[in-house]
Amino acid sequence: MLRYTLNRVLLMIPTLIGVAVLVFFMLRVIPGDVVEVKLRGDGGNVSQETIEMERKRLGLDKPLVYQFKDWMVGLATLDLGKSMWTDRPVTEEIAIRLELSLQVAVMASIIAVLLAIPLGTTAALMRGTWVDYAVRIITIGGLSIPSFWFGMLIMITLLYLFNWLPPITFTPIYVDPIANLKQLIWPALAVGYRYCAVVARMIRSSLLEVLNEDYIRTARAKGVFEKMVISRHALRNALLPAITVIGIEFAFLIGGLVVTEQVFNLNGIGMLFVQSVSRNDFTLIQALVMLVAGAYVVINLIVDLLYAVFDPRIRYT
Amino acid sequence: MSVAAVSTTPVVPRRRSAILDFCTQQPLGAASFVIIFVMMFAGIFAEYVAPYNPLDIDFGGILSPPSWEHPGGTDAFGRDIFSRIIYGSRTALVIGFTSSFIGSTLGAILGIASAYFGGKIDDWIQRFVDILLAFPIIVLALVVVAALRKFIVAGIDVNLIYAIAIPIVPRVARVVRAAALSIRVMPYVDAARAAGYSNSRIIFRHMAPNVVAPYLIMFTAFIAQAILLEASLSFLGLGVTEPTPAWGLMLSGNAADFYREAPWMILFPGAAISLAVFAFNLFGDSLRDYLDPRFKT
Repeated sequence: MLRYTLNRVLLMIPTLIGVAVLVFFMLRVIPGDVVEVKLRGDGGNVSQETIEMERKRLGLDKPLVYQFKDWMVGLATLDLGKSMWTDRPVTEEIAIRLELSLQVAVMASIIAVLLAIPLGTTAALMRGTWVDYAVRIITIGGLSIPSFWFGMLIMITLLYLFNWLPPITFTPIYVDPIANLKQLIWPALAVGYRYCAVVARMIRSSLLEVLNEDYIRTARAKGVFEKMVISRHALRNALLPAITVIGIEFAFLIGGLVVTEQVFNLNGIGMLFVQSVSRNDFTLIQALVMLVAGAYVVINLIVDLLYAVFDPRIRYT
Repeated sequence: MSVAAVSTTPVVPRRRSAILDFCTQQPLGAASFVIIFVMMFAGIFAEYVAPYNPLDIDFGGILSPPSWEHPGGTDAFGRDIFSRIIYGSRTALVIGFTSSFIGSTLGAILGIASAYFGGKIDDWIQRFVDILLAFPIIVLALVVVAALRKFIVAGIDVNLIYAIAIPIVPRVARVVRAAALSIRVMPYVDAARAAGYSNSRIIFRHMAPNVVAPYLIMFTAFIAQAILLEASLSFLGLGVTEPTPAWGLMLSGNAADFYREAPWMILFPGAAISLAVFAFNLFGDSLRDYLDPRFKT
């Protein structure tokens, strides 16, 4: 088990290096950089000299190979550099926004899992009936309704029903939990719907598969109550594949947050990402991509290890 | 170890009966196809269907609520929202179809090649696929948008299509590779190799036709994803640009300032996105159930 874990941790490194290389060259191969957006953005008249000086200051005038070497050395020493737009350390820019996004992500996951388990289970148990069809439509709806539009619908509803809109200044949950939830529960709902749909579909299909297994037939044959068969024998096994989906969707929640934070005007990681893309802030884009890819590989690893914990049939050597 | 995710040889005896079969077995799928058909009709014949020119600005009638003259109301420039939605379906369909086609086709070729060659080549392609899969779809698309400049042909940004197609490639490659692995061991592939056919001939003539079913399923499902992604990018102001009518774009910018005064500016375009994506998702789902007996419920 330990050897397997170590092996997997080592295997993460080439993937992350691959991501780093890919992002770096995708951003730099085509001309155009932060300096142009920054100095020429407002149509101002800036001399070529000023532009060259700014490029030099940011190290953008160096040959690509050198820039790449700097970025890789920085990555290896966990120094992600400074934002090309604000000149503040990238880690600082991310740190002040991470708390908010992370909280929304955690709340969305809780909402999603709590709703998905009953939805997926009832759909599987009543397959082919109108309940199954209804769940199918609800879940495909979750995959289809853009989370930003769902967020806007929530805002409009709140406005019409209570003549109230969520506050736009962030209060940490340990300062004032009520004010915090008043603001963040809505975006969590908006991204949670899609999340819930993905998980519910997975639970439905894996439960259907498990219900065909021999041990379910054995349990029924020996007279175990149907409720027990479902909850103890079937659901426990069916939840395993769902864990993978929950993990990956959690790592990818930033995708949903990119648009949802825009709607609710939240200053989180998603908003930061969109800003740095429109500003060509290479260092910040690179750092954020590494953050997401890192979360993805780490969560994948945790999920694989959890499998071994929950399923005694799986033993890694 | 790898089992085909979707079966590879649909038995389709006659075309007409297959369509009838599909409609009776998958009523939801047939219903979703009707929605898709209406949308395609509206998109193709937008000039004849739309009551107004989507670009006509009318400062005399800004933010007017839905009425007989303007079924969807008007926006902050007095443009007719219903007409903009109809023209928007053209944008959504063109971008959805082309990017899903490019992405799925590249992904399928990559997946078949990976399964066919095996060994080192397979390893390298899988590493590459793994790397691309570590990006959420929209993040990868945004990075490509940041990297590529706008390159507009006939009102549509070609680089936007690439940005949406690239995240699709690894996801299709993974599924098609799994399906192709089971084709790879078929005697007719060995026979073709023994006959001395070239690799590309075997890949395109012998293996590709047998992974058409998973390809079609992925292609339809990713049209839905592509439309959603285009809407998201346009909403963020990084996709389709004004004045081209696009659903996501109609929700972006100052649309949010009119929650109270003009909720129809929000309601209708969003409903159009949801309905279109819903129809393609449901159609893809039904197609999978129909083509793949393993998933039949």
